[in-house]
Amino acid sequence: MTAAVARLLPISNREAAAPLVMVEDLHVKFVSRDETVEAVNGVSISLRHGEVLCIIGESGSGKSVTMRALMSLLPKRRTQISGSMRIGDHDILALSERQLAKLRGSVVSMIFQEPMTALDPVYTIGHQIAETVVRHEGISWRAAQDRALELLQLVKVPSPERRLQSYPHELSGGLRQRAMIAIALSCRPALLLADEPTTALDATVQIQVLVLLRNLQREFGMGLIFVTHDMGVAAQIADEVAVMYAGRIVEYGSARDVLMNPRHPYTIGMLASTVHGEMRGKDIEAIPGSAPDLHALPPGCSFAPRCKSAVSDCIASVPPVAMVAPGHGASCIRLGEDCGPGASRAIFNS
Amino acid sequence: MTDASFPLSLPSGAEDRFAAAPRGYWHTVGRRLRYDYVTLFFLLVVGLIALAAILAPLVAPFDPNKTSMLYRLKPIGYRGFLLGTDELGRDMLSRLIWGGRMSLTMGLTPVAIATSIGGFLGVVAGFAGGWVNMLVMRTMDVFYAFPSVLLAVAISGTMGGGVANGLVALTLVFIPPLCRVSEAATTQIRTRDFVEAARASGASTLSIIFYHVLRNIMAPVFIYASSLISVSILLAAGLSFLGLGVEPPTADWGLMLSTLRQSIYVQPLICALPGVAIFIASLSFNLVSDGLRQAMDIRV
Amino acid sequence: MNEVVRPEAARPTPVSSGDARDRGGKAQPILTAENLRKYFPIHGGVLMRKIAVVKAVDDVSFMVLKGESLGIVGESGCGKSTLARLLMCLTPRDAGSLVFDGDPIGGTSGLSLRELRRYMQIVFQDSDASLNPRLTVEDSIAYGPRVHGMASAEARALARDLLQRVGLRPELFGMRYPHELSGGQKQRVNVARALALNPRLLILDEAVSALDKSVAAQVLNLLRSLKRSFNLTYLFISHDLDVVQYISDRVLVMYLGQIVEIGPAEAIYRRPMHPYTRALLNSRLALDPRDRVETAPLTGDPPNPINPPSGCRFRTRCPFAEPICAKAAPALAKWVDRASHVAACHMADRASGHSRAGAAPPPLARHVRPEAIVSG
Repeated sequence: MTAAVARLLPISNREAAAPLVMVEDLHVKFVSRDETVEAVNGVSISLRHGEVLCIIGESGSGKSVTMRALMSLLPKRRTQISGSMRIGDHDILALSERQLAKLRGSVVSMIFQEPMTALDPVYTIGHQIAETVVRHEGISWRAAQDRALELLQLVKVPSPERRLQSYPHELSGGLRQRAMIAIALSCRPALLLADEPTTALDATVQIQVLVLLRNLQREFGMGLIFVTHDMGVAAQIADEVAVMYAGRIVEYGSARDVLMNPRHPYTIGMLASTVHGEMRGKDIEAIPGSAPDLHALPPGCSFAPRCKSAVSDCIASVPPVAMVAPGHGASCIRLGEDCGPGASRAIFNS
Repeated sequence: MTDASFPLSLPSGAEDRFAAAPRGYWHTVGRRLRYDYVTLFFLLVVGLIALAAILAPLVAPFDPNKTSMLYRLKPIGYRGFLLGTDELGRDMLSRLIWGGRMSLTMGLTPVAIATSIGGFLGVVAGFAGGWVNMLVMRTMDVFYAFPSVLLAVAISGTMGGGVANGLVALTLVFIPPLCRVSEAATTQIRTRDFVEAARASGASTLSIIFYHVLRNIMAPVFIYASSLISVSILLAAGLSFLGLGVEPPTADWGLMLSTLRQSIYVQPLICALPGVAIFIASLSFNLVSDGLRQAMDIRV
Repeated sequence: MNEVVRPEAARPTPVSSGDARDRGGKAQPILTAENLRKYFPIHGGVLMRKIAVVKAVDDVSFMVLKGESLGIVGESGCGKSTLARLLMCLTPRDAGSLVFDGDPIGGTSGLSLRELRRYMQIVFQDSDASLNPRLTVEDSIAYGPRVHGMASAEARALARDLLQRVGLRPELFGMRYPHELSGGQKQRVNVARALALNPRLLILDEAVSALDKSVAAQVLNLLRSLKRSFNLTYLFISHDLDVVQYISDRVLVMYLGQIVEIGPAEAIYRRPMHPYTRALLNSRLALDPRDRVETAPLTGDPPNPINPPSGCRFRTRCPFAEPICAKAAPALAKWVDRASHVAACHMADRASGHSRAGAAPPPLARHVRPEAIVSG
């Protein structure tokens, strides 16, 4: 690898305890003449090397915006970002555009939901993988092609030699997604960001891609931040889980803690309303109302208007994070009362 | 008579943003235009031109056709002739105002007629599909293959010149592009689910066209038509310049440009005035149509 | 028949008393599809000749019983959306017959399309594209009845009543345009629009797939309650197995344009007979991090319906494939009543010659907790 790239990589022999990703009090606002959208309102994340964090949220929760802010992919003119974001040694907000371009692909990579639009339709996938490798590592085209073949084998694409010459539209959805993963992994990034990559895939393909991602992540010791709206995906792949609502993290903790013992009313409501066959014949306990308007967030806790356990104090101010267990926190002032544990027990009565 | 087992819409959430008054499409367009100062300014200019053209008999200081051998090619401001006089002693300002009337007519009329005809053909072709579509669109392609100026000159010249023939020529030039836009919009709308849903309700094709399709294609067709107005003004002026449009002594900007050409070394400023008028009119319509396009292109 | 839809008919009496529109009685299926086929030609080459055929729906036969919810599951390319359009006669079928409550559809003596539209309606997946962006919500709902002859004022009153019944306050939502509604609200409007013609059978083509989970839950509750009050039969198409299990009485599994298994929901989800169904069920994700899947049950992508494999179409991905599977396509056994559970697989047919013919199917993977599945 060239010296330039080596400079940018996080120092790999640093102690594993130092966090790979450190986001503190991130605020993202989209400002235009008519209106201001407060997409992210005070998000703090930390991720260690080799760890998988799943950000769960529905549309409008700010999860995708957070990820794109981390890679500095948001439109410059309309966006106001405050707070601090660090990947390894690099302070993302302080980097210039050229330094960011060097960072993207070699230190941090991203895979998207729609592979058809994320892949360039006029180049073969072999060409696209090789191009990324050449740009970041400066090796010869021949060597890059060999690396592309290796990568396609790594992501378990059948007949990889033939697929090197295929165009994106000739591949099925699952293969395209694997090709995108191959491109993202081509320079062995330390951090992989995934924005709902399996949402558009069939169930049998989704499980293959999830198992693949998990295996690759373990093999390379990458950090992985995975954004999804599906709690089953989080259960399948996450070590740590953060639940987002209206631009804030309302609950976080290990996957086991958050999914099996949720404390925040929104997480409890989401789990209760996840449809499964055990609910046949009964009404689903749906969360009433709909997501808040990001142009005008309600004061205090943004979930209060839809919350069964809301009291007048809830709208007075944004609730602070209460630690309900080591490493498990939820942002609700009513924790410790019976809106918490009793409700969660009711879901898992099997 | 509500079923109590599921919740009614609550007074929180995204729906309340619109609770005050549901806003229709045109309302939203108007709101966006309110902040677009460039478009508003040029809308004003267009309005002034149109007003001047309509009120020409009242506004023009002199008779545009009154010639005078004494006052030929006088400069700007000479004895009450605010913009000077042309080579036959006629007041430039009055001729420009009356010429505006002519140019606007030659600009708007062909576009209006072509929109109706082309729009209709496009909807028919878009909806029918198959060989009807091919027949209509390939015929349009034949006309489309010619550059518009050439086509206009050819048709007008063949028919012998004059205002009426010029109008016909311009209309024929504009029908193919409008047909194309209309057909593309119709084809796009036709495949959308709400048209399927309307079919699933048992509606007839005609009902679907009038009730569903037309409203939705109006926007792109209208925007495209408004962008053609500036082109039409230019083409009309061009035809008159070549002697194929308006005949003397009628005041028309293109014609004025042509006749003043010889006097360019005597009074260059005066000779440029009709060109400036054409430029301002064409530019204003162009920018207004562009601003309208941005305001109407609502992705909600 | 151009009879006017009366507003009173929009508020029918609940199921217990007989439905005035019923013709054949409880035992007659409301919809019978036989040997439905739809192939889409692909044109290519210089002269745009037909070079290949997409066998979207190939020889599909099944029945929908009155008052039930029939779920249709399958992945992309299985033909379920094409099937929905064939049933609604929005796409003309290449072969096969459709019979609605004893009356054949089409043909000289059967139901005309216009009449059929009064009995069968559909709700599409894309809630936004299904609404005309230039019409208010009320106008969109009132359009259907007006097309069938109802007076404008009556149709509007009906539209307002329906908005109320799907949980949207008419005074607040009636005059809104689609872009002023959220996804869930738009889908409710689509349901109201489908119900405006007072249909007996409602096809829901991935109706909740594009919605957020919490919103989908609300819409599912709504659908369950409307089924009771409007005395509807549902055909629920989805790729989401959990949702189908929740809402369906019987389930039909499709693969590459054919039916591979039909049966009661409980039987399909607890004791699936076809290896594809089993793989689909094993691909579900559990909510417990301890129940992670370590190996994917199926490899590869669902194949293209352009050139399906010979014989059994699933054999290229089936762990139990044998030479017999390539030679002969397994037939779906004839099912007799709503409790029948049949699969198109050589392993289910004792006389097929497959080495595992007649043997008990292997159990589902541990993580789907079959013992927890309780019938409603």
